[in-house]
Order: sequence, then C-alpha cells, then structure tokens
Amino acid sequence: MMKKTLPVAALAAAMIGLPAQGMADDPVRIGSFLSASGPASYLGDPQRNTLRLFVDKINEDGGVLGRDVEWQYYDDHGEAGQARTFARRLIAQDQSDIVIGGTTTGATMAAVELFQRQETPFISLAGAVVVVDPVKEWVFKTPETDRMAARQVFADMERRGITKVGLISGTGGFGASGREQARDVADEFGIEIVMDETYSPDDSDMTAQLTRIRGNEDVEAIFNFDFGQAPAIVTRNYANLGIDRPLYQSHGVASEGFLELAGSAAEGVRLPVSPILVADILPEDDPQKAPSMDYLEAYEAEYEERPSAFGGYAYDALMIAVDAIERAGTTDPHAVRDALESTSDFDGVTGTFNMTPEDHMGLDIETSFRMVEIKDGTWSLIED
Amino acid sequence: MSANSVETTGDAVALAPGARVQTWKDVVFSARYGGFAALVVALLITPLFIDGLYQFDMAILVLINATVVIALNLLVGYAGQVSLGHAAFFGLGGYGTAILATQHDWPALLALAAGVGLVVLIAAVMARPILRLKGYYLAMATLGLGMIIYLILTQESWLTGGPDGMSVAPLEVFGYTVFDELVWYWVLAAILVLMYWIAVNITDSPVGRALRALHGSEVAADNSGINVNHYKSLVFVLSAGVAALMGGLYAFYSGFITPSQAGFMHSIELVVMVVLGGMASLVGAVVGALLLTLLPQYLVVFAEYEWLMYGLVLMLVMIFMPKGLVPTLHGLIRRVLG
Amino acid sequence: MGEFLQYLVTGITIGSTFALVALGFCLVYNASHVINFAQGDFVMVGGMSAVFIMAAGVPMALALLLAVGIGGLTGVLLYKGGIQPAKNADAIQLIIITVGAALFLRGVAQVLWGTGYFSMPGFTGDAPIRFLGVVMVPQSLWVIGVTVAIVVALGLFFTRTRLGKAVLATSYNSDAAKLMGIDTSVVLLVSFGLAGALGAVAGVIMTPITFTHYEMGVMLGLKGFVAAVLGGLGSFVGAVAGGLILGITEAMMAGYISSDYKDAVAFVLILLILFFMPSGLFGQRGVERV
Repeated sequence: MMKKTLPVAALAAAMIGLPAQGMADDPVRIGSFLSASGPASYLGDPQRNTLRLFVDKINEDGGVLGRDVEWQYYDDHGEAGQARTFARRLIAQDQSDIVIGGTTTGATMAAVELFQRQETPFISLAGAVVVVDPVKEWVFKTPETDRMAARQVFADMERRGITKVGLISGTGGFGASGREQARDVADEFGIEIVMDETYSPDDSDMTAQLTRIRGNEDVEAIFNFDFGQAPAIVTRNYANLGIDRPLYQSHGVASEGFLELAGSAAEGVRLPVSPILVADILPEDDPQKAPSMDYLEAYEAEYEERPSAFGGYAYDALMIAVDAIERAGTTDPHAVRDALESTSDFDGVTGTFNMTPEDHMGLDIETSFRMVEIKDGTWSLIED
Repeated sequence: MSANSVETTGDAVALAPGARVQTWKDVVFSARYGGFAALVVALLITPLFIDGLYQFDMAILVLINATVVIALNLLVGYAGQVSLGHAAFFGLGGYGTAILATQHDWPALLALAAGVGLVVLIAAVMARPILRLKGYYLAMATLGLGMIIYLILTQESWLTGGPDGMSVAPLEVFGYTVFDELVWYWVLAAILVLMYWIAVNITDSPVGRALRALHGSEVAADNSGINVNHYKSLVFVLSAGVAALMGGLYAFYSGFITPSQAGFMHSIELVVMVVLGGMASLVGAVVGALLLTLLPQYLVVFAEYEWLMYGLVLMLVMIFMPKGLVPTLHGLIRRVLG
Repeated sequence: MGEFLQYLVTGITIGSTFALVALGFCLVYNASHVINFAQGDFVMVGGMSAVFIMAAGVPMALALLLAVGIGGLTGVLLYKGGIQPAKNADAIQLIIITVGAALFLRGVAQVLWGTGYFSMPGFTGDAPIRFLGVVMVPQSLWVIGVTVAIVVALGLFFTRTRLGKAVLATSYNSDAAKLMGIDTSVVLLVSFGLAGALGAVAGVIMTPITFTHYEMGVMLGLKGFVAAVLGGLGSFVGAVAGGLILGITEAMMAGYISSDYKDAVAFVLILLILFFMPSGLFGQRGVERV
C-alpha cells in the first residue's frame, strides 16, 4: 500500500522532466497530529495555537519556495491509537510533505514505525530520549529530553552540596519517563534517591506522599517530575506542610500557568526552563534572545497570553522544517530529510540546533536549559 | 415465561433449528441467512472501493472492533450482563502477546495463544464471583477488574513500557512477516466471518435460548431448568477470550500498544458500539462497530467542537432509537413491507 | 501519631469530595435507577462557572451561588433534554445518554473555557492551619463543613418536606408512588436538578484546593461511582461512608505502604466488598432491580 500518484500524471511529469511532486502551484503540505485535548492538552494546546498562527504568518510573507503552506491538523486526544491513525491519514490521504506532531512520547512512538516505512520526514514534539535514541532515519525532535532536565537539576543540586533527594512524580507518561531518567542519571552527580513517591495525574492532594518524604530526615531536597496541574498542587502542599528543604521542579511546569496556580507557594522553587520562558531577561547577545522575542511578541499579540515552552517546541519544529525545505529547494522527502539532518547553528527558542546523522535533536545543554528560581512571582536566572 | 417464547428485537428473531421458517422475509432478515450473506458480500467488495494506507487502516480497525463487539454482544445483548471492563481483556491480550513475542522472542502464534490463554484463565477464575452480582453491582465489579488490570499495565513499566506504551514486533508466521494491509484485511475479515458464524450458531442453539431467557428474567430461566450460572460464565469467558485474541492481533498489526487500549473509555466505547448498533443483534454489532470507529474520523471537521458533537450524536441516537440502529431500521423496513 | 492524623485529615478532605459526588449518583439513582455518568462533569461545570463568573468581576459569594445555580440548571436540562425524551429506553440506553451528556458537557467547556487549569482563592484565605502536627488549609474545613451541612440538609429534605417524601416514595416504588398521586416527572426533575446543584457545590468548594479543568469530571465521576456502590447504591449514609472510606484508605495507602498502587485501592476494595457483600455496605440485600 504505497503512496499513489495518478500514473498518468507521474508519466507526464517524468516526460517533461519535473519531479512528480512539488509542481510550482502545489502547496507545501505540512501535517500535524497533536494532543490539543485530553490529558496532555497542557502541552498540545499551545502547540496547536503556535502552528496555526505561524503557518498563517509564513503564508502572509510569501510562503515557502514561493508556494503556499497548507496545514492539516488533527487532535489525537492524547491517544496513541488515534495518533497512529491520524499519522496514516496525514501520509496517505493528505499527502503531507512533512509532519510535525506527536505531543506525547506515546503518540510519537506509536507513529514512528510508519514514518520510517513510508519515508516521510517527521519532527516530533515529545520529550523522551527514546524518540531519537537509537536514531531513526526519518524522525527528528525539537524538545529537550527529560534526561537533560534531570541532569540540569542534579547539577544544580551538586553545586549546592545536596546528595540525598526525595523524588515525587506523576504516573502519567511524562512523569513516569522523567522518574526513570532521574533515577538513571542521579549517580553521575553523586546523588542518591532516598525516597521515590508517585501520584496519579488526576490526584487532588499529595500531602500524604509529601508527609512521608518529610518524615525521612535524610532527604536534603525534593524533586518533582511531572507536568500539568499536579506539580502546582505538590508545590502548594509542600509549602503548607512547611517543609524546609528546597523543592525542584522539571521543565514540565515551564509556563505562566504554573506561577498562577501555585501562587506564593512557588517562591524559591528551582527548575530548568527553555530560553523562551526567560526571553525578557536574557542578555542581548544570547543566541536565543532574538528568536524568542520574535515568537513571544507574535504569540502574545494573537492570543493575549504568554507562550509556554511547549508551544516553543512547535515553533522551532516549524521553523526548522521551513528552513530545511528552503535549503533543499524542493519538498522531495529524501532531500528534505537530508536537509533536516544537516541543520546547523540554527538559533531556535528552545536552544541552538546542530543536527547530525547521529543526533536528530541537536540540542546542547549550554544553549537549551536555563536554571531559574521563582522569585517575586516570576522566573529569575540563577547565576552559577 | 418459557425460554423459547422470548421475543427479542432485531435480527435475532428466532430462527432456531426446528422453528418453522415462515416467509422469504424471515429468511432475508435473519442473522443466519440474510445478515450473513450481507456481511460476506460487504467484506468481499470493500477492497474494491478503498485504497491506501489510511483507508485500509480504518477498515482493519472496523474488523477488529466488530469481532470484539459481536462477542461482547453475546454477553451484554443476549445474556444481559453489562461489562464496563471489557477493554481490559483486549489490552491484556495485546500486552501478553506483545511481551512474549517482542521481549522473549516467542513465535508469534504461540505468544498469541498464550496471551489469550492468560485472559481466559483470569476470566474463568473471576467469572463465578463477578457474575453472581446483579445490575450495576456487576457493572461496577467489571469496571473494577478492568481498572486494576489497566493500572498494572500502566504501573509495571519494566514489563509494559509504562503509560507511554511499548513497540511490538511485526507478526511473523512461518518466516513470513505480515506488513501488507491487504493481507491483514483478509485475515481479519475471515476471523470476523468465523466469529459471526459461531455467534449465529450459539444464539440459535439451546445455549442461546438459555441466554436470551436469562436476559428476560433470571428467575424464569432458573425455573425452566437452565443452569444460569454455567451459561453466564461460558459467555463471559468466550467474550473475554475473543477480546484478548483481537487485542493480540491489534498489537501485531499496529506495532504499538498503550495502556489506554485497556482503559475505561475504551470499555465504554465497546459497550456503546453494542447498544448503538442494537442489543442482541449480530448485524447491529457490526454496524455499531463500523459507525463508532469511523465517526471520530468524520467529526474532525468540527475541530474544537468535536467532543461536543460526539456527545450529541450519542444522545440523539439513544433518544430516538433506543433499540439501536439495526433493530430500529429493521422494524421500520418490515413494517413497510407489511 | 502526627503522621497518622495528617493522613486522616487528608483522607477526610478527599473523601468528602468523593462523598459529595457519590451523593449525586444516589439522588439520580433513587429517582430513576439511572447511573449518571455526567455526575463528575456537574462538578466541573460548578468549578469552571465559579472561576469565570468571578473573573468577570462578580463578587465571590454571588459567583458561587450563581455557579451552583448553573449546576442545578445543567441537571434539569440533562433530564429535560436527555432522560425525559427517552421514555422507552432501558437502563443501559439511559447510561449511554448520560455518557453522551458527559462528553457534551466536556466539549462545551472546552469550547467556552479552553483546556487550561484554573484556580480561585480559598473562601477564607489560604494560610495553613497547624495543630497537633497536622497541617491543613482553611478550605479543607469548608469542604468538610459543607459536606456535613449538605448531608443534614438532605436528611431534613427527605424526612420533613412533602417533596422530599415524594422523592423517597418514588425511589422505593415508582408505580405505587404514581398511584398515590405523586407526579413522578416532577420528582425526577427535582432529583436531577439537586444532583446538578450538589455537583456544582462540590466543584466550587474543591476548586481552591484541587483546581478545575474541563476534564476533571472523568476520574472524579469514577471515584464517586465507586464510593456510591461501596456504600450500597441508593443509600445516602452509604454514599457518605463510601466516600470517606475511599478517601481515607487512599491516603493511608499512600502514606504507609506505597503510592504506586494508591488508585488501585479503590477498585480492589470494591471487588472484595462486592464478593462478600454483593449489595455494598449499606445496600438493601436480596432486592433485584430489573
């Protein structure tokens, strides 16, 4: 069941020396499947907003390769099965030239085999390492990995002389994967995880788990790995319990929403965030300053709210895709894939991307995550 | 009330062996003849009208769901035992098969058999205590069992890959790797036809009559000398086993499985397919699976209004066709024909 | 000891919210023998309405009342638009109608308010109260207090008012109630309205602690259903007991054993209880409702 173009059209195209796809009046087709509703809507909703807005902007500015961009989007509700079906629909029915999507790791991994088999370039918006490790020929991603986030947090703890940590994470995909990575890399920083608690993503109170952690005298800091509303509840419960040991969060809470929900309880919380979150206070010479301000201003003007790091992943994916298509000079999948793989020194809002055949994410720790502390209700950079 | 006087709606209108075949209409509208012929013809000609990766994918998902729903309809529609945890059997079958085939390199068919065997065992052990319960208590118990299985699949990530799911090696039978959608289509179509045929024979057999009597009234069924518990358990185990088999095949086909396949919403979806298509109607089961599998694909045009529309469709169908689509249309046509 | 009390307080707070949802299940079940899968979504409607009415500048107390009113109205509309027109439907069809209604309500909330999480301040501040080594937010007292007040009010309603007695009579025997001249459609209307309002009350008192979200009704509805069946469907005492047992067991499990299988506790508990007491803790035994 291969992609089919009309045989006659293909023949005609071959005769006059044109590639079968990508005739001048054809639009550039970008497809997306996102978890804009469902348990991961916290991530997927800003991603949809971002793509919707910036595809329009690209078209206003003359499109890509002089052709219009046509954006087809489906909401997979955070269901891997749905994601798989929509990925097929995008490839076979909508003839997408490139696909940007897969908000969650589950949704991405359910579709990966398909992109490999159908040879369609795919940029994933999911966090877990497994998306690009081992490297898959047709699969790329823009978000930092949860492994990197764990490393950033532990490195900061190491600087403060913390060696024993109480871990608390959600049992959803994001939290579970983060928990695994955190346990995996703790050793590298001489850190021991002495408590390891979980809660379900819909829980409304984590006081019991935190009381348990508080009861362990060895715990020197608490690390909460999750996204959505639950970390805000953890933060509030932590403050109410009057726990005097520092609290770390992951990049999963990197949005203004967290500051609002957690309120004053979030004071002093430390976490790694994408540069986009701190765009305002980045120094002028920071490579992420300019792209971040562009994204921030356009997004705020349209939606009257500050963008989150998750929307930033989609922004970077779109811009990298456009850049690759422009450099390839065609939408031929092999050419686009090769161009994606040779993306270098690309300053995005998540970091500076340097893709290689061995690295389909291409982010380094220096330009991507910034450690921040929440002070006076907003992010402030930690100087190290 | 004696067992064979129980009139059920839809195509289940008894054409039991020995019953007098009345008119050509009875034959045309019976599940055994008319329904069966329609199903076979539809399955044979469908590949002529569909093309490509996506359309075959939809067809394959319909076949999988329809097979599960026929078996579930025996339990819910005929025996009147509502299960709100059936997806867990589907998911457990899928995971059992996937883990053995992918992580332990078992031959595919052996892994599939083991996955089904595991579920059949669990269902057989749980059948007695669960089916002792009535009405909503039964529904709650099946929901509870389903949730426990779902939580284990989510929690034991060393084995199952956790909430993000796990990749499954492709189906390999006798050294031949099945990737082609058309092959999958024919294999699953054959399984559906087989399932349909088995179900027709069950519903027409003494067991089937016993089941329908059960739905009518357990007390009546008891009095007529039918071993109620035995048949309830039988059908429970059968429907669980079929769900597990299809779960295993789904895992192979899709190459990926997540715990949500075993989740509460999937269970509800399966029951909705049964009721929307028509309780105690085998053709209804197929139609219900077809419509509810395809519906979300059509609703995408509503974008953010998708859930709202989905909920509305469910409500409207149930309000205006409480008997389900097929029995309602069936009744309508027969009335027109006189 | 301090830890035990902490788990207990936590459990009672969560348990109270389960109890309120379970009471909503009970009300509807008694009047119509329907399990209303939209009960959790009534909670969402209450919480979301309160947040957005307040955001529009309406004073808190008034906003809360309006939100409860909207919840009640939602219940009435569900009855008028979904349950009443389906006169000939059996229990299972009615259940699916409520599932449809739940998805519909979620869909409406998604369109109106988006998919974000929202919070509001506690009724009497957010400064934690500490005593005997136990920490709680003032809102927990509100949750527990309102739950108690509602249980008392419902008790009075069913024993002291004509309408309440009519509802009760209908739940015991709908046909006999009709013969006695009770208009059962009014009873149903009142029950659905009350269930909606009750859900909304749960929503507004919970939101300062748990936040609100267009999909919050899914898990809450499930836990509330478990609590209602645990106590014995239709029993108000049972619903409250079921909710509290569930909340406290979960907190103790998370505190003393492991939080990994905290959610499974509810379902293991319900299976065990049903195996030994097939009609729940406070359910009527030997009554088969067909």
